[in-house]
Amino acid sequence: MNTLPTIRAALVIGRRDFTATVFSKAFLFFLLGPLFPILIGLLFGGIGANVAQQAEQPTIAVVGSEGDIRRLEESRQRIADVFEGQPVIKFVYFRPEADEDALRRKLLTRKPANIGVLTGDLFRPRFVGSVDPQGPIARQLELIVGQAQVPPGLQGQPLTIQRIERSSGKTSTARALTAHAGQALLFLLTLLLAGMLLSQLIEEKSNKVIEVLAAAVPVDAIFLGKLFAMLAMSLLGIAVWASAAVAAVTLLAEPGTLSALPAPALGWPGFGLLALIYFGFGYLLIGAAFLGIGAQASTVREVQTLSMPITMSQVAVFALAAVAAGSPDSPTGLFAAVFPLSSPYAMLARAALDGRWWPHLVAIGWQALWLVLILRVAAAYFRRSVLKSGPRRRWPWQRRSQPT
Amino acid sequence: MLRQAQHNGPSHSTTDIAIEARNLVKDFGDTRAVDGVSLSVPTGTIYGILGPNGAGKTTSLRMLLGIIDPSSGTRRLLGRDRPLEAASEVGYLPEERGLYPAMSAREAIAFMGALRGLPLGEGRRRATAMLAERGLADWTNRPIRTLSKGMAQTVQLLGTLVHDPRLIVLDEPFSGLDAINQEKLEEQIRARAATGVTVIFSTHVIAHAERLCERIAIIAGGRVAFEGAVDEARGKLRPIVQLTTRSPDGPWRAALPAQARQQGAVWTFELPPGGPEPLLKALIDGGAGIETLSIERPGLHDAFVAIAGDAAARELESSNGADA
Repeated sequence: MNTLPTIRAALVIGRRDFTATVFSKAFLFFLLGPLFPILIGLLFGGIGANVAQQAEQPTIAVVGSEGDIRRLEESRQRIADVFEGQPVIKFVYFRPEADEDALRRKLLTRKPANIGVLTGDLFRPRFVGSVDPQGPIARQLELIVGQAQVPPGLQGQPLTIQRIERSSGKTSTARALTAHAGQALLFLLTLLLAGMLLSQLIEEKSNKVIEVLAAAVPVDAIFLGKLFAMLAMSLLGIAVWASAAVAAVTLLAEPGTLSALPAPALGWPGFGLLALIYFGFGYLLIGAAFLGIGAQASTVREVQTLSMPITMSQVAVFALAAVAAGSPDSPTGLFAAVFPLSSPYAMLARAALDGRWWPHLVAIGWQALWLVLILRVAAAYFRRSVLKSGPRRRWPWQRRSQPT
Repeated sequence: MLRQAQHNGPSHSTTDIAIEARNLVKDFGDTRAVDGVSLSVPTGTIYGILGPNGAGKTTSLRMLLGIIDPSSGTRRLLGRDRPLEAASEVGYLPEERGLYPAMSAREAIAFMGALRGLPLGEGRRRATAMLAERGLADWTNRPIRTLSKGMAQTVQLLGTLVHDPRLIVLDEPFSGLDAINQEKLEEQIRARAATGVTVIFSTHVIAHAERLCERIAIIAGGRVAFEGAVDEARGKLRPIVQLTTRSPDGPWRAALPAQARQQGAVWTFELPPGGPEPLLKALIDGGAGIETLSIERPGLHDAFVAIAGDAAARELESSNGADA
């Protein structure tokens, strides 16, 4: 393969495919596509959040004497009776220890997570936790403590509340969510683009443009041009979606929402960079496989037949990566990171959870190696299959074509 | 000036060859589509590949252009063993026309030029001028899907020529065109050839080959039955004599060959090996009373029948019928 003319020809073909797609109505649907899962997600997410909010009983660890604990529990019960059906904070009780600070730290990080720790006694109650001092949980707690102080004529000091940042448990959950969301987005995009790539190829085969292309440029250039065009188109799509998302959050959400999002372990810039790289690898790997296999299809019907097992394989790869996302260092996680087709997804999830860079450098090298291999094999297969007309599989039960 | 097939052009040096193929073979599974095709196209000639549908013409052209690789054999295109290395100097019009339906006529032409290395801007400029020359300026920015079939074919032909190729390869270029457009295309082919461009085209219509070509290859059943000058093909047959006499019988009959056929008062037979003068003398001396006598060179159709056989000629005629 003569590299320079091939790249030049690939750019001519890629440019044509890119402009033809971007200036088509289909591209508008491509841009609007992610809105639908987001809308559905928001709808069900909103319902789910309501249900969760209704069902959730924030838990507070209470460190105190038996008497105080009994009074607090009675007071909590009275409040619960009054607010029947509403979530009321739940207490878990612990005996005091010599090192109160150490006990508090332990209780704040234990699982299941407590939103805070109440210490001192009913004369000098002190609460440390991740609640808004003016919010409903704090007011509920003040009410319970106040009620507990009343019966025997106690005149204790009012509750002091110290707010702390979220617990590490919550951050890791949020990061896992970022990992899954990144994987899902990557998967959806790849699936969408690979499908578009196949449709375009079939269109060219059916309207015979492929013959004009193949007579003028190496088949490798056609193959690369198509991959480049789709990659450029998807990057444009990502840029549009990312800008729209930032604009929407900036305009619609409360100030500081963006900075309040839990940062991935590698930070947003690093995560964004790796997301782009892994998207590129993921797409090129799957796209190359799609083009190589799809080149043997001549009709839309054949494409549909071929697409099914390929799509199912993609889903399986995604499922593997998704399972591995929660535990990147488990055997499954390591396998997903090493297996070339799932590696981009698995490593993107790792970027959200793990703060080390070197695994990504190794993975990028590994994926690049496989990309070159798969591109070469797929291009050779594409070259062999794409220009043949009529049936190509030489099964005994299939008739052979009679070329002119 | 335009080259006419009747003149059959000057002879070409064998070292000045645009396309050369040696024993090209192409197998598709168990089917041998092309079986040892050899041909040589001199630079600056109009060369025809003549044969019925399914004879292997398209497969041969695709191998010559490097679109597909031969199963065995060698080919050289404009002096290169790898045909795609000469792509920027070649224009190719495939049998099955292929254009992007959503592209404008101008963009389609410029894109085809860009594939052959012509900068897009220059391609657009040339496309606009070419369309205007043919009275299609109004269609410059119209999508291909809105053009008639004939106009779309014109656009594809312009795309084949936009980069001023040295070699033009046309696969069944007259297929689907009406008589007027066929004539226009013939004129364009002659005009390009007059500038020194080599043109090779495949056809199953003998008349096109006879009018345009200096050299031909007759292909039947994947094999080359004849390759050479059109005159050489015609030379395979002796000239045909048609004779009408006042005398129905007499000694002059001895001058006619045994295969002479009589239809009414007209006798038809091949010119005897001695040539026209001894024949004329024998007829006059024998008292034939010659009313009319014509000696005609055989046509390419007769040569095709003589070279490729009756079966191939029948296939060719059925190809013409299918095309019509």
